[in-house]
Amino acid sequence: MLRLAPALIIALLVLPVGAGLMMVLLPAFGYLPTLGGHGASLAPWQMLFAQPGLGRSVMVSFASGLVSTAVALVIVVLFLAASRGTWLDRGMRRLVSPLLAIPHAAIAFGFAFLIAPSGLVARLISPSLTGWERPLDMLIINDPWGFSLMAGLVLKEVPFLLLMSLAALPQLAPEKRLMLARSLGYSPTIGWLKTVLPSLYPLIRLPVYAVIAYATSVVDMALILGPKLPPTLSVSILGWFNDPDISQRFMASAAAVLQLGVTVAALLCWWLLEQLIRSLTRYWLINGSRQRGEIILRLVGRSALLFSSITALAALVGLGLFSLAGFWRFPEVLPQMLTLDHWQRSGPMLATPLINTALIGLVSTVLATALVLATLENEHRQHIQPKRALWLLYLPLLVPQIAFLFGLIVAAESLGIRPQLGLVISGHLLFVLPYVYLSLAETYRQLDPRWLKVARSLGVSRSSAFWRVRLPLLLAPLLTAFAVGLAVSIGQYLPTQLLGAGRVTTVTTEAVALASGSNRRLIGVWALVQAGLPLIGFMLALGLPRLLGTHRRDLAT
Amino acid sequence: MTASFCAPLRLEQVSIALAGRELLVVDATISSGEVLTVMGPSGSGKSTLLAYIAGFLDREFTASGGVWLGERNLLSLPAEQRNIGLLFQDPLLFPHLSVGGNLRFGLPRHQKDKRQQVTQALEQVGLAGFESRDPATLSGGQQSRVALMRLLLSKPRTVLLDEPFSKLDTALRQEMRTLVFSQLREAGLPTLLVTHDHEDANAAGGPVIELG
Repeated sequence: MLRLAPALIIALLVLPVGAGLMMVLLPAFGYLPTLGGHGASLAPWQMLFAQPGLGRSVMVSFASGLVSTAVALVIVVLFLAASRGTWLDRGMRRLVSPLLAIPHAAIAFGFAFLIAPSGLVARLISPSLTGWERPLDMLIINDPWGFSLMAGLVLKEVPFLLLMSLAALPQLAPEKRLMLARSLGYSPTIGWLKTVLPSLYPLIRLPVYAVIAYATSVVDMALILGPKLPPTLSVSILGWFNDPDISQRFMASAAAVLQLGVTVAALLCWWLLEQLIRSLTRYWLINGSRQRGEIILRLVGRSALLFSSITALAALVGLGLFSLAGFWRFPEVLPQMLTLDHWQRSGPMLATPLINTALIGLVSTVLATALVLATLENEHRQHIQPKRALWLLYLPLLVPQIAFLFGLIVAAESLGIRPQLGLVISGHLLFVLPYVYLSLAETYRQLDPRWLKVARSLGVSRSSAFWRVRLPLLLAPLLTAFAVGLAVSIGQYLPTQLLGAGRVTTVTTEAVALASGSNRRLIGVWALVQAGLPLIGFMLALGLPRLLGTHRRDLAT
Repeated sequence: MTASFCAPLRLEQVSIALAGRELLVVDATISSGEVLTVMGPSGSGKSTLLAYIAGFLDREFTASGGVWLGERNLLSLPAEQRNIGLLFQDPLLFPHLSVGGNLRFGLPRHQKDKRQQVTQALEQVGLAGFESRDPATLSGGQQSRVALMRLLLSKPRTVLLDEPFSKLDTALRQEMRTLVFSQLREAGLPTLLVTHDHEDANAAGGPVIELG
């Protein structure tokens, strides 16, 4: 049984993505018998290229992916270089997981409430600094070049890249490198950039690529913050696929293939940038400059990440404020009165989406955790070196969701599987599985093997040593991985919306659906619920070990 | 004490190689209550010898030769059925279990008066009343004593010691040596000790094989 686990995981990740891409590629060239497409033709492409604003859509998707990733990476790298051992470093380590757990849609809504012309920032500085007595008539969110979308993406990408870096750092022994560099006269930040970063980057390259792929094709955030006419490519595709006019499906498929192309192009462009930066910095690394730029890098490194984290937290506060606001005149900083009305009115409507969210999240995370544990235990027992197939785990994260999910539905329908709860759960599994694996694998492998040797020398079988020794020792990381899985599932918009054919509602699909309306109070309620659920998961993950009576000192983490 | 309990541990032309290079060859019989000491610098393969006997050999090593406990061919058994007790440098008390829980973990499953056995074992090493303590709150010496009793309660038929005293401070080291060797001798267990400390070998009082 156990030996099948790795093959099962690979199949679970590769087959749906492959089938989905296939069923998008075929209709893109006119072949989809169920819709009356029998021959190969370029008509879908001609139709696509005749769409107004397509070029702008492609440009915004391409640019927002590259720019947001570059900004987020610079913020994270400079922070790590400049803040080692400071209070900021310790504080951020605690804050990074909860920040990462906040879903994209909630961050996007909260950020929109901050920067909108009548948002919190404008209220704070008006009319004292600006003289505005009424909200400015100007597109700050949904700006045509996607700047607010990029900023929103940065807020979400920073905690992700930070967590990935923090996980990779210990194996590089950064303290020793830094000590050596400083003994040679390098100032700390420069020393870190010259001795640690060159080894760190290869370890976080795949997560960086995943961020680019995600940012070039994101849907929920683009619906909330992105430009409207034309929207990003991914949002346009969603519209075409949902168009009642069936012939649009062929063009939408072509557009999905184009989206894949845009993402690949962005990745390629990033790779070229990597090469360029590597050759440009080759001399800088060894030029012996030890101090220059230290002060400014340290300042930027500490403040940029602090700023982005505070913005994310302020976004949550903004959501809370709007969800409780009664009458609220511009430019008052606080509402004249607070009320629970919006919460009370939303209460009954929250029930079904909440139950669906919990059900989908729990089932997909339990399945994913079981599969990951089976794979890791098999790897341990067979002494397999894990490296080779690792990039396959990233496949669902590297292929844009919008490019294969529609094909996946077509593939499922041709097998007689209708969109429903089960399909949504298996769709979530695609994205939950990689994250659970990534957050658990390293601690699993690093558990001192002597624990298990002692157990077995005491007459305990392999499988019973797994249950009685390994799992209890790994309880804390296991629960964290579980919380990560839950958070990933809760935040999924597109898989839920598409694989459930709009009939399976979760707090995320309901919250995003409110984006087209303008009821900020209602949005505040739903986005806050959406943000709160994963946080509850993380608090349980931290609190459960203590509640379960494992009050032993050496287990505390 | 039954006769099978005291069956000798026989190492038959055991040889261990790494990437085709032979690290060691040992041929020895350890009789009941005797301690054989294998000495050598780090990298000489002495810990690998223990891993081979106990059933945890890393794949990168190749090994040959027989390991017999009386008439039983240990190599044909999975690690947990070899009845081999292990002591490492660290006591390795399970942090998720209490002191008593750790001792019970070693006890064979179907036994009467488990509680009494645990109480007695703790009394024997001067830790009476420690059952419900968190192992992390014990001193290093106390932890080592609990680890020793956990091993003895599991009723091993032979014992392998992997530099078990090297992390203790000097005063404690002498005390633990006396305790461990007297307990093992009393139980009549054939014991294999690997170490690089000559005083360990002297305290063990048995034959010595030097490697490297």
